[in-house]
Order: sequence, then structure tokens, then C-alpha cells
Amino acid sequence: MSTIVVFVEHKSGSARRASLEAVGAARATGMNVVALATGPGAGELAAQVGAAGASQLVAVTGADKYSPDGCAADVVALVQSSGAKAFLCANTSAGKDLLARVAGALDCVPFADCVELRCEGAVFTVRRPVLAGKASITTQSDSPVLCASLRPNTFAVASGAGAATVSSVATKGGKVVVASIAAKPDAKLDVKEAPVVVSGGRGLREAPHFKLVEDLAAAFGNAAVGASRAVVDAGWRPHSEQVGQTGKTVSPQLYVAVGISGAIQHLAGMRTSKVIVAINKDAAAPIFKVADYGIVGDAFEVLPALTEAVKRARA
Amino acid sequence: MKIIACVKRVPTTEVQAKVAADGKSIDTTGFEYMLSFYDDLAVEEALKTKEKHGGEVTVLTLGPSESSKELREALAKGADKAVILVDPAWHLRDARSTAKALAAKIKELGADVVFTGRVATDRDQASVGPLLAAYLGMSCVTDVVKLELGAQGGNAQRESEAGVETVEFPLPAVLTCDKGLNEPRYAGLKGIMAAKKKTIEETPATAVPNASRVLKVELPPARKEGRIVGEGAAAVPALIAALKNEAKVL
Repeated sequence: MSTIVVFVEHKSGSARRASLEAVGAARATGMNVVALATGPGAGELAAQVGAAGASQLVAVTGADKYSPDGCAADVVALVQSSGAKAFLCANTSAGKDLLARVAGALDCVPFADCVELRCEGAVFTVRRPVLAGKASITTQSDSPVLCASLRPNTFAVASGAGAATVSSVATKGGKVVVASIAAKPDAKLDVKEAPVVVSGGRGLREAPHFKLVEDLAAAFGNAAVGASRAVVDAGWRPHSEQVGQTGKTVSPQLYVAVGISGAIQHLAGMRTSKVIVAINKDAAAPIFKVADYGIVGDAFEVLPALTEAVKRARA
Repeated sequence: MKIIACVKRVPTTEVQAKVAADGKSIDTTGFEYMLSFYDDLAVEEALKTKEKHGGEVTVLTLGPSESSKELREALAKGADKAVILVDPAWHLRDARSTAKALAAKIKELGADVVFTGRVATDRDQASVGPLLAAYLGMSCVTDVVKLELGAQGGNAQRESEAGVETVEFPLPAVLTCDKGLNEPRYAGLKGIMAAKKKTIEETPATAVPNASRVLKVELPPARKEGRIVGEGAAAVPALIAALKNEAKVL
């Protein structure tokens, strides 16, 4: 049976959900899935990646500090030794970085941020958005190894299989090293991966009013805060929270847009969300054209009431 | 220091996508173009690096001859040279094909550091930077938001889901620039006048056959029409009911 190598990100032995989605997508092709993980705790992932569909886990040792080119070399070695037909990872910050390094080393075409993956015969096709989601392209890979990163929140995590067998291998090491990480204050959810995103825009009038957006996000419990380009450019919020064409593209289960008019660049970044709620004073705002549910009203009036109602609904 | 800013001319972010008659490409009729947002940051970082370390800045692109408009602007800001690897079918190349042609030229020019944007806002691949590094045997850091560069290497900060990473790297290197790294300057009148006298080198891009084929281009399905559940705070209970009972996301 042909093999697919999947890079699995984790935090001290707890796998990133988007990585398990990639394992599930790999397994759905019917091929044998080998997971590769690196760093402290990598060996503890056997049950998690096994349940998601991997038969083997390769834990890379000696990589206490992440090296992106070192990790790429480790992936390439595994792809070559296993004769893998594909390499997959989640389209996260580390994933898309790794994808192109691996593809370059294997002289294959990389496909980033895929939302569909098919394997018929031995031929892989992927679908991926372009122009920030204004269109999508379905492409057949003619490279010897399909190299693709998968959009988080898009592929299902499989369940049912047993634990993966574990082997370990020493890292080849790299020239580029992540010397330190200044962790986010309270392990905040990333806007690309969160199941719920609450985004704010100009309608909030001043940076301190984003507290209302943060409160609503906190009420959901599993939400990340997003922002429109206007408020990022105004310095109210960091670029890491920007949703849209020069920010991040998101597809959460629920997207709540507060005081965002809905410029085409913003709509491109969130229109694949499953459910969209818009709250805006202007009933003619373009955001209402993509929203499933809208409230015409002032954010300062609606948000506190909505936050309380969400808290009660989840209590 | 030999510095290259690798840039791309892309459709403006306002464009509406249309599928071309062949169903396999985007109809670009009426499109207007601009320098990709993040490539503007790459040009700025290249100029800043020259100001600090001395050397020469070359702006490089693969694209149509019309890219001279964007390159002329980079020259006006202070870049020394500009090169277009001309390919009228530039937008049909896959990332590998583009990167291989660019890498061949960079090898010929020689570079200590190559700056490029985090991602081009047309294909959204974010791949050409790391691909260049792979083909040129250079080190690479992606999504750089802060940079300290020395003669042998440097350290860069990048934002990941985990937080802010500080990454050490040796030169030569490919660095991809993210928002926050700098504020691009505007070209002054003197620079604009000087840039008019500079020549932009145009050479045919090396042909590299694609290792992929496009089967289909589609527009996203139209969203089901939604509804306004009400006005003001009074509409909150109706919204909660809809999220709970209809959408089942609460």
C-alpha cells in the first residue's frame, strides 16, 4: 500500500486539531498514513494520531528547538525512505513554511491551503482558493510526490483506528533555529483555527471598545477575536487578527461581524464560514448580503445583550 | 551587500473574479494591477538594508513587460537596478516553475539577502520564498515582522499561532516580509525623475514546464440568502433562537 507522510504539530504531546484533520484527510485516500512529529513530547502522540488514522508515528529526537529547514530535511528523508506518494500538513504558520521547503527539496509543486483533496488511481487533485477566496482552482499534481497543506476547520478528524506504532529518528538538524518563543498571553485561540470568530470593525469607533468584542468571544468560550483591515491599520488590533485579503482567510462554524461594513477584501476572507452573523447600524451595509442572520443596530447596545444571552445559552 | 527584492504584479484587491470561457482560468478583462501588498514591504526592507549596510538593491520580477510600471516605482524609491523576466503567460506558471526561473536569475546576479513578500495576493500560495531558498541553498525565514541583520546572519521575529518566534539564521538568506516589518516609503520627486533615466532589464524568463495542470476554475457558491432578525438589543433573543435551533451552532 502506498504511503502518505503527515507532519503533526503538537504542544508537549497534545496534537494540534488541524494536524489531526490532515491525518484524517490522508487516511480518507485509503493510503497508509505515517505521522511525523518533532520536539519534546512527540513520542506521546501515538494514541492521538492512531485514532485519527495513522498507522505509524515517527518521533524526531534531538530537535528541542524547532528548526524549519531541519524539520524539512527530516520530512524529506522519511518521504524518500518510505517511498511516500504524498506529504501533507496543516496550513498553519509552521505548516505552510514547511510545505514549500519540503516541495523545494523534492522538486515538486507545493499546493498551499487546500480545501479539497482527491486521489483517484495514483493521481492527486486538489482544490484551493485564489484571490483570497474570490475563486478556487482545481489542479492535478503531476509531481512525483503531492505536497499540500490543508486549510484548518475544513477536513474531518477520523475516529476509530487503534494506536500507531512508534519509532524514533534523530533529526538531521538545520541552519535556521527558533531560538525562543514569546507565548501569547493566555493561550489565545488563533483566528484561523477557532470554531467561532468574533470580528470587529470601524463601527466600534475606538480601540478600547473592542472590549465588547472580547467579552462576546469569551462568552462563546471557543472563540477568537478578529478584526477588519481598517482597525488594524489604525493600530487598534494586531495584524495577526486581521481577516481578509491582506490578513487571514477563515472558515469557522460561526463568524460574527460587528461594525464591519463588508468591503470585498474582507468578505473574501470570511465568506466560507458556515454561519455568518452581522451586526451593523447601516441596514444597507454589504456585510448583510453574505450574512445568514443580521441585526440592524448599534454595537454598543446589541453586544452587551448578546454577550449575556450567549452566556445564558451556554450555561 | 548584494540585496534583491523579488516582487510580483498582481490584480488589485478590489477586482471581482470571473471565470474565463475555457473554465480553466480567470478572465482578467478589465483587471487593474498593483505591486502585491507584501512585496511593497520587501522593497522597503531591501532599501533599509542598503541604507544600513551599503551595497546594491536589485528589484526582480517574473511577469509581463507591463511590470515596468511597478519596477519603475521601486527605482524611484531608491533601488539601483530592475530586472523583468518576461513571460506573457506568467500567471499560468505553477509555483515551482516561477521559483525555478527566478532562482536561475538570482544565481546569476548573486545575492546575500533576498527579500520577498509573505504571500502574493493573487495565488495566495506563500511558497515562492521558501522554494527560492531551497533551489539556491540559502537559509529562509518566512513571515518576518522584525529583523536584525548582521554581516554573517541575523535574527528575525515571526508571528505564529504559538506567539512571537525569534529565529536565528545565517546568510545568504531569503526573508519573506509580513505586515508590521516596516512602513513603505513614498517616492519623492527627485527619485521619480532619476528613475526615468534608469533602464529596466528585460530578458525572457527561462521556460520551466509546469508539473501540475489546472482542471477547473470556479467561483464560490453564492451564499443562501439570509435575513435580518430584527433591530437593536430587542433582536437578540431571535438571533439566539436561530443560532440554537436553525443553525445549531450554539
